[in-house]
Amino acid sequence: MSDFETVAASENQAARRGPSGEPGTPNQVGAPHKPRSLAGDAWRDLRRNPIFWISLTLVVIFTLMALAPGVFTANNPNDCLLSRQHAGPSGGAIFGYDFQGCDTYSRAVYGTRASLLVGALAALGTGIIALVVGMLAGYFGRWVDAVLSRVIDVVLGIPLLLAAIVLLKRVSSDSTSARIAAVIFVLAILGWTTAARVVRSSVITAKEQDYVAAARMLGAGNGRIMWRHILPNSLAPAIVVLTIALGSFIAAEATLSFLGIGLKSPTISWGQDIDTGRIHMREAATPLIVPSAFLALTVLAFIMLGDAIRDAFDPKLR
Amino acid sequence: MFRYILRRLLQMVLAFFGTTLIVYALMFAGQGDPIQALAGERPVTAAQRAYLTEKYHLDATGVGGFFYRYFDYVKSLLQGDLGQSLTGRQIGDILQAAWPVTVKLALIALAVAIIFGVTAGVVAGIRRASIFDNSTLVLTLLVLGIPTIVLAPLAQYLLGVKWQLFPPTAGSQPTFYALLLPGIVLGSLSLATALRLTRTSVAENLRADYVRTARSKGLVKRRIVTVHVLRNSLIPVVTFLGVELGNLMSGAIITEGVFNIPGVGFNLFRGIRTEDGPLVVGIVSVLVVVYLVSNLVVDVLYAVLDPRIRYE
Repeated sequence: MSDFETVAASENQAARRGPSGEPGTPNQVGAPHKPRSLAGDAWRDLRRNPIFWISLTLVVIFTLMALAPGVFTANNPNDCLLSRQHAGPSGGAIFGYDFQGCDTYSRAVYGTRASLLVGALAALGTGIIALVVGMLAGYFGRWVDAVLSRVIDVVLGIPLLLAAIVLLKRVSSDSTSARIAAVIFVLAILGWTTAARVVRSSVITAKEQDYVAAARMLGAGNGRIMWRHILPNSLAPAIVVLTIALGSFIAAEATLSFLGIGLKSPTISWGQDIDTGRIHMREAATPLIVPSAFLALTVLAFIMLGDAIRDAFDPKLR
Repeated sequence: MFRYILRRLLQMVLAFFGTTLIVYALMFAGQGDPIQALAGERPVTAAQRAYLTEKYHLDATGVGGFFYRYFDYVKSLLQGDLGQSLTGRQIGDILQAAWPVTVKLALIALAVAIIFGVTAGVVAGIRRASIFDNSTLVLTLLVLGIPTIVLAPLAQYLLGVKWQLFPPTAGSQPTFYALLLPGIVLGSLSLATALRLTRTSVAENLRADYVRTARSKGLVKRRIVTVHVLRNSLIPVVTFLGVELGNLMSGAIITEGVFNIPGVGFNLFRGIRTEDGPLVVGIVSVLVVVYLVSNLVVDVLYAVLDPRIRYE
């Protein structure tokens, strides 16, 4: 389980010991400020935060790398010659060659795509489930809330790595897209609880506001109030949590691929390359270190970005 | 208190059945012909088929049959009968040999987290916004952000293979020294979280009214910190460390796999690698129970420590 802990998840673990029915689990935007001034304040804080700029730069670089890996390296990651096994740097291969004689750097660059794709889509799926569940629980309250909150408790009680192992062992298909879809599905179905709690607590805060009462008096139905008034106002905290979750989903995918049940060859993924590099670390260390550095930097970039934004929106936590 | 425990217990029972149902449904149900799957390529005689059908209640079909067999599985799980791995060893025996090692490793990791995490957290909480505080914040962010699959092999490479400060792998009868490096790697994550929790909690409590009262009474700072603030600040930390012990016992798959420590996580790691289905299911089922029970114990402990929880 420890591998999947994100900053948010592990800090929340202590938080969730709190009374489970209480609205406003810590780590959320609490007091109802005027939205514009809050965002303005937050942006002023963010602009002066070096961590924000560093992590944002890294995120942009890795996104570009995922979209157009050819810009960053001229070598083909699948051009492998055993005669070059563990050979030193030459040509475009600035970090030399790995056990199979593939360009280490090029493989790391091409590995970005699968990682970011899984991370982003899993975060998107998580976001959708969390928004629906959190919105229903927070808006309707009463028995809907009671039932959904217990469901959240139960899913939160399932250890993510263990459950992912069981679910993914069931997927026998080795086709690239099937495996990627399976990993995304598993991460989303197991990882939505933290975000759902955050949405729920911000919906509970938002629905007590005057503008909701005003909209209801003007005759707006539940659907319209939820969609037009509450959703925009409870989206910000969810996006922060999801940014951090994106980082942890990337780490989770790498861990599953490392174990040999996530993405499989021919998909290039950092987790697999780290595993191969680890086995041959006595002969050559760069095939271990390069994908490790890529993975660590990506995960860190997303977690730091989310952390910085959260700090800016909620200075209380600092 | 009793009501709280009862409610929490019911919740756990629900989670237990939920998880085992998922595990069972995914691993055993929906296979083509389970008897043929068991026998492999060999032909199955009618007598054998009848015997196995009788033994595993395969004649019951539909949803009812599924639950019939599911409860068989839960029953044998609760009785401690986990079946055999594909290598023919009893999974119970494998686990019996593996638990002591895993517990030892988890305790080392926990000790690392308590000794370094809580101490540094208290110091950082008292000296907020100092250089020490800021550097621990950055360091913990790094530790929390770097996945174990990066941390464990790199620690093994640098400290074990390159500089040779620690033995790189543990082997079948691991000594305390051999478990130290994996323990630190495993504990680093809990260390970082414990540090942040302690820091926030101490910093918050230092601003509480009772601290001002104590100060105006003329108490020395040392007494305020050690007696008043610490006692109140450590409640969330104790809870966290309790949950962590459960996590550490069930979550050492990567660390044990990388460092070759013959614990529970290592057996699961190997089971996944060798496609040993029964071994994976057996270990996962047991680990889920350990995880649920440790969560329950911690919640109850928390309710004892903090009465506000149980008067909900």
